[in-house]
Amino acid sequence: MLSTLNSLFIAAVLAGTPLLLGALGEILTEKSGNLNLGVEGMMFMGAITGLAGSYYYEQGVVKAGGDPSGVLSALIALIVSFLAGALGALIYAFLTISLRANQNVTGLTLTIFGTGFGNFFGEYIGQKAGGYVAVSEVTKNTFSKLHIPVLSDIPVLGKLLFQYNWVVYFAIVVAIIMAWVFNKSRIGLNLRAVGEDPATADAAGISITKYKYIATVVGGGICGIGGMYMSMVTTSGVWVHGCVSGYGWLAVALVIFATWSPARGMLVALIFGGLTIMRMYVNIPGLPAQIYDMLPYVATIIVLIVTSMRQSKEHAQPKSCGNNYFREER
Amino acid sequence: MSSNAGQMKEPFIRMAKRDALSQQKAWGIRGVAFLLSLVTGGLLILALGHNPFSVYASMIKGAWGSRTVIHETIKIAVPLLITAIGISFAFKMKFWNIGGEGQILVGAVAAGAFGLFTAHIFPKLPLVILMMLAGIAAGGIYGLLPAVCKAKWGTNETLFTLMLNYIALAFVKYLMNGPWKAEGSSYPKIGMLVPGARLTKVFGVHWGWILALVLVVAAYIYFNKTKQGYEIAVVGESNNTARYAGINVSKVFIRTMFLSGALCGLVGMLQFAGADYTITEGTAGGVGFTAITVAWLAKMNPFGMLVVSVFIAMLERGANTIQTNFKIPASASDLLIGIILFFMLGCEFFISYRLIRRGKEETHA
Repeated sequence: MLSTLNSLFIAAVLAGTPLLLGALGEILTEKSGNLNLGVEGMMFMGAITGLAGSYYYEQGVVKAGGDPSGVLSALIALIVSFLAGALGALIYAFLTISLRANQNVTGLTLTIFGTGFGNFFGEYIGQKAGGYVAVSEVTKNTFSKLHIPVLSDIPVLGKLLFQYNWVVYFAIVVAIIMAWVFNKSRIGLNLRAVGEDPATADAAGISITKYKYIATVVGGGICGIGGMYMSMVTTSGVWVHGCVSGYGWLAVALVIFATWSPARGMLVALIFGGLTIMRMYVNIPGLPAQIYDMLPYVATIIVLIVTSMRQSKEHAQPKSCGNNYFREER
Repeated sequence: MSSNAGQMKEPFIRMAKRDALSQQKAWGIRGVAFLLSLVTGGLLILALGHNPFSVYASMIKGAWGSRTVIHETIKIAVPLLITAIGISFAFKMKFWNIGGEGQILVGAVAAGAFGLFTAHIFPKLPLVILMMLAGIAAGGIYGLLPAVCKAKWGTNETLFTLMLNYIALAFVKYLMNGPWKAEGSSYPKIGMLVPGARLTKVFGVHWGWILALVLVVAAYIYFNKTKQGYEIAVVGESNNTARYAGINVSKVFIRTMFLSGALCGLVGMLQFAGADYTITEGTAGGVGFTAITVAWLAKMNPFGMLVVSVFIAMLERGANTIQTNFKIPASASDLLIGIILFFMLGCEFFISYRLIRRGKEETHA
């Protein structure tokens, strides 16, 4: 029983990490007053480019007669996926901030575009590679669980806390940094002002455009890294058609449960990660697997309804979220 | 916004709201944006090492080149068009129904409940009517859930409708694996609708296309000539204005979302009884999402949706052809649709605003 719980916890952390990254990216975006529904698309873009970055790096090094380095390969995947997510977010930012397009529709378009982008290039590179794209063992090992001296060897606790792949720790660090920035730094307070009431922030001399652009683009980059996790860890470095499959949308929902707080995001990502994989660990007799699969989505709906029933000002969406800011229409 | 360049200097580019632009000029701008999106797509094709002109030509030929492919193209356009009309009901009142996929699936399942299990009891006509009503009712009720919660508590409908998609999908998978699994099949699939109960073909395509055309006209009249259509427009502009005008906003939400979901449910029935004759996890196949872009590109005008859905159907059908002819993956159609929509979204700005370069004094403002 205890060992089942332990392995459930570990699996929940692993499954929750891409959700956490997606949600963190979206929290950052929404704090600036932009509701970007393109998380799924940006995750797809990060997923394929991260994989492709590692793959082409390996191919290049092998062709030159060298040995690819796992760390460098992982670093390339990280940077490239960040850039791809940021690029998707930049398109969104340009359309909504500069060209004042509707945020909902632009976000949905980004999802369609990004999904097409991921699947298109996934298949295309697969064709060129003679069937499918897969990274070599070297890169795969870099994305498998770490062994931290001493810490990882602590009985039970070592396994529960110190034996994950590096992206898990990366996500946690990002969450902590974001929590600090939002609450303690001038930049974070300015950003929140922009998201809550852009007209007031504008009058106070804060550059709305700059804050919105940077928050949206960096947020998109973080979502892209979440996508990279899907292709490098979840599917272990092989391109699977449609691999993000709804995780981006779950991440958008998580933002609401996390009540726009990065710290709480870690907790809800763990819970939702757990719900997505619970079927493999906790067997409920008589419940068919497919019905079990509905669990995270049903839970999302229930939480949506409950949070909407008891609305509190403190834990609400940034007030200007979803609306574009037109200075001359104040 | 370049307004931050400082007070000392005039910004390099600034913008000003245009007076109403003539329809002709507005369409001119949209035309240019559309061409630019095709050029961008063409550059992408070029980067992949193909000739954009021959790829585009092959796409068009793949969609309109022969009687068989024309039928295929129309078969893709019909569900897109009806779903887009359905979704535009919700979008017109700024209710973001992105649950078209789920509503299509439950419509198909409800139709399947009659089509698969009562085909030996009812003659064809009552059976088809039953399937239609079941599909409409199921889709409508599925659309109703988020509307009721939105009306009562202001629950976020975007995520609600979206989550319902995944729930419907899981339910279809459950039926495929369990209760509705075809007898003697070694892998999970649902049995086929008997040939006697399938929708009659008119000019080679099931009669859903006639229904779609009727719905275009009906929706146009509903939006522009009826009180209910007017109420939708007012609610879409502002909930508060609507309340002030004495419109029961909750009622409009609920009624309109039922209609929205019902049309999507009807699509599920048509796909089941007219196109696939079975239900799979691909029955909706992204139509619910693509239809959103159709509705938006057409600016919620049903006649516009007719044109756009046929165009998108051409892209999707054509994408299959370029996959076989050029080995370009068929997902290219999604990519291209995304690019076109980005440009169309962006160009609206240039219809409402004009840019003034530094130093160019306004002479006619």
